[in-house]
Amino acid sequence: MTSLSYAGISELAEAVNGQRLHNSALDEFRVVKLDRRQFLKLTGVVGGGLMLASVAPRAHAQDSATFQPNGYLKIDSDGIQIFAKNPEIGQGVKTSLPMIVAEELDASWSDVQVLQAPIDTGTYGYQFAGGSMSIPTNYATLRNAGATARSLLIRAAANKWNVDKATLATQNSHVVDSASGRKLSYVELAGDAASLPMPSDGEVALKDPKQFRLLGTRLTGVDNEAIVKGEPLFGIDQSLPGLKYAVYQKCPAIGGTVSSANLADVKKMPGIVDAFVLEGNGNASELLPGVAIVANSTWEAMQAKKALRVEWDESDASKDNWEQASNEADRLRLENGQQQVVNQGDVDAALESSAGSASGFYKYHFVSHAPLEPQNCTASFKDGALVLWAPTQTPPQAIGSAARIVGVAPNKVTLNQMRCGGGFGRRLYNDFVCEAAAIAKHVGVPIKLQWTREDDIAYDLFRAGGFHQMDGSVDADGKITGWRDRFITFTADGNRPVTGGSLDASVFPNGLVPNMRVEQTSLKWTNRCAAWRAPGSNVFAFVVQSFLHELADAANRDHLEVLLEVLGEPRRLGRMHTGRASGVVKLAAEKAGWGRELPKGHGLGVAFYFSHQGYVAQVAEVGVGDPEGARQNRSGESVQQRKLYVHKITTATDVGPIVNLSGAENQVQGSVIDGLSTMMDLSVTFENGRVQETNFDRYRMLRMPSTPQVAVHFIDTGEFPPTGLGEPAFPPVAPAVCNAIFAASGHRVRTMPISEEGFYLA
Amino acid sequence: MEQVPDVLGYHKTVVSKIAHDMSLNLKVNGATHSLPEIDPQTPLLWVLRDTLGLVGTKYGCGISQCGACTVLLDGKSTKSCIFPVASVGDSEVTTIEGLASPSGELNALQKAWVDLDVAQCGYCQSGQIMAAESLLRTNPNPEDEEIDSAMASNICRCGTYLRIRQAVKTAAKQNLSDDMGGE
Ligand code: FES
Ligand code: FES
Repeated sequence: MTSLSYAGISELAEAVNGQRLHNSALDEFRVVKLDRRQFLKLTGVVGGGLMLASVAPRAHAQDSATFQPNGYLKIDSDGIQIFAKNPEIGQGVKTSLPMIVAEELDASWSDVQVLQAPIDTGTYGYQFAGGSMSIPTNYATLRNAGATARSLLIRAAANKWNVDKATLATQNSHVVDSASGRKLSYVELAGDAASLPMPSDGEVALKDPKQFRLLGTRLTGVDNEAIVKGEPLFGIDQSLPGLKYAVYQKCPAIGGTVSSANLADVKKMPGIVDAFVLEGNGNASELLPGVAIVANSTWEAMQAKKALRVEWDESDASKDNWEQASNEADRLRLENGQQQVVNQGDVDAALESSAGSASGFYKYHFVSHAPLEPQNCTASFKDGALVLWAPTQTPPQAIGSAARIVGVAPNKVTLNQMRCGGGFGRRLYNDFVCEAAAIAKHVGVPIKLQWTREDDIAYDLFRAGGFHQMDGSVDADGKITGWRDRFITFTADGNRPVTGGSLDASVFPNGLVPNMRVEQTSLKWTNRCAAWRAPGSNVFAFVVQSFLHELADAANRDHLEVLLEVLGEPRRLGRMHTGRASGVVKLAAEKAGWGRELPKGHGLGVAFYFSHQGYVAQVAEVGVGDPEGARQNRSGESVQQRKLYVHKITTATDVGPIVNLSGAENQVQGSVIDGLSTMMDLSVTFENGRVQETNFDRYRMLRMPSTPQVAVHFIDTGEFPPTGLGEPAFPPVAPAVCNAIFAASGHRVRTMPISEEGFYLA
Repeated sequence: MEQVPDVLGYHKTVVSKIAHDMSLNLKVNGATHSLPEIDPQTPLLWVLRDTLGLVGTKYGCGISQCGACTVLLDGKSTKSCIFPVASVGDSEVTTIEGLASPSGELNALQKAWVDLDVAQCGYCQSGQIMAAESLLRTNPNPEDEEIDSAMASNICRCGTYLRIRQAVKTAAKQNLSDDMGGE
């Protein structure tokens, strides 16, 4: 193999409307938003169909008393079961998606048992976790699924009692006849309901949201008890009779191939079952070349991996070097970019004739997803059929890729969806599934492939670093007149920027300032880059919301005032509604007490970002210590060390109506803490193609003592549908904190992680 | 022989071979396991997970940095990923599976974790709970700073620290009021 082709799921996380996923890698699996009639055609089976029973690994045998009008719920003598369609990666959908079904079904939550739905795109459409899309793309479907069942249950009771169904109501998993006081439980009605034809279009009535009893309340996660008891839930917890344990060593510089390896020595080590070379399949997001070791235990496999000596052919391997890229960017920022992605008005004229101006060179490092559960997959290949137990965010894609790897049709692959110990976008890619499939096929016994933490970071698909030379101007009234962003990013193919590393016309403040130009230049890069929580937004917010503050300061004006002025009158601007934007900005400012007298050394900073259809504003209150003396940073520069106290981050979020208040609050708090952790000290650097920081000793995440208070406020005006919350609260953290640092100390931070500029958390 | 069910209902058979001279006895959650021939340097983590099928204890880093593998050794929190099984000796190992009562009733920490809906992905949480358990056994009424420093060796990648802190406090309060009630 001479070149590295890389088919990622580049636009997955950004395809926010769920109409269609624009990417060849997903061709087989379109997300199609069905109207109700289509939905019923697809999922409705008259008489309570067998569809789920035929695919659910543990579905009970179908009998006449089983009511299963669609793939989302089943009612029989075992009670009410609701199936959670998408992978659970910590974003809470295993609870929130079934809540929507239960709401319209009018079931008591305590009567509901939630199960992970089988992976079956014929029944469910594309099943995945990404782009904060589970709620917006499934909300209508799930309401319909619950309401359809409810209407059939009502009809079953009406038939039984021989009354007009319009006189009946539902309550707490029962159909009630208030006239007579009679009631029947859904379980009692299941058999009758199963024999009814599907309701006609007009018959299924959705609730008025004012009648919601579950949605918007605080419910706890359906797996909570299993989690605190340590029950097997995650991919890594799987076990099978005769299971062997595998590890896989790839070239530390991506793209290298195996020349030779001391396989004979390795095979002699204790507990080793086999050791062999796998050729890659030419797709870097599927199977890279390497050496597989299969053992009787994880530990023996890991020990053998340490003793493995491989000679790599690195002629086509990555030579990526972060320092070189930084130096190159430092030179390129002075030149016009290769490409103009935005060009509004006459930015050059605006910059020349300004009353005030600001300039700055912003920079952010590469980071790793590092979900706490290292990649793993259990696979069994027998008689031409592959069974997988995979903690993946894109199970249908995992099936397609694994089928190619072992050379069977996709319908010969069964994937058991496992709870994921974190995702953040890492598990949108299924390289670990492909490796497990290839190893299982080779050895002919079931294996569990386990990546070490070092594998997980070194062979991540990274959030790309980037550089922005920012120049802007204000007029004599202090209004922004010019905004120029020279963006230097990375490209794998020499053409398209990497995922999460390209700007387009949706970038803030396009459309909100009169003269704006965004230029884009790409540096060649070999290591894999991919979607990372709030792709693009997670770095661009830092740059543009910090730079807006720089311009407000150049105009000697209050940042909040300028931000609200820039957002302007409530209107639609592309996908963004500026009124909703101003709404969260005002609420965050009010709740944080913007403008109040602050203790000495404290500062408030504000930032807003719109991403994944969500509007989030944050105000950070920080304190900055005095310079404590200079130390070298990662880049070898000598910088003053300063203590940073992040006292509180006040957030205001508008994602429409909240589905699960507990989960939503957790997502916001978690995103803020993730945002702070990432901006403070996270960085992966590359030398000779090799990642330098591969475990938590050098990739240092935020811990409890540094956790700030996080206040969470939501806005729901009742006019907009619900959207997702796995990502939108992440992007505003870094600019809010950096703007607060400036307010507290006069130091403008332009590098992430900000430890590069000497800041560390108290 | 011991039957350990996994998520799919398969049963993993744990063979208790007492034959080779390197066999070890390991006390876990009140039961004594005779381990088959095993490399005495094997970290306790992998013995728990692969040999005994106690998979609640998690692997996160393998170098004592993340706390996902935290268990109690005679009540004291210990990183099982770097702790050789042979060094356990006569000590009592308690894992997350050993916290609930034999009838399955959750202890105060587990209950607080469930009620306050602490988990996001949940992967770190058994280690977090074990670290908190170790803290409360020595300091039943910790201050915030004491909680923070006791929990500082556990990473939550999802950022649930605020709820973890709250859950530790809630459980501590519950334990104290239970004790008072019992007098
Ligand atoms: S796995 Fe033991 S501390 Fe991370
Ligand atoms: S809940 Fe995901 S790592 Fe803590």
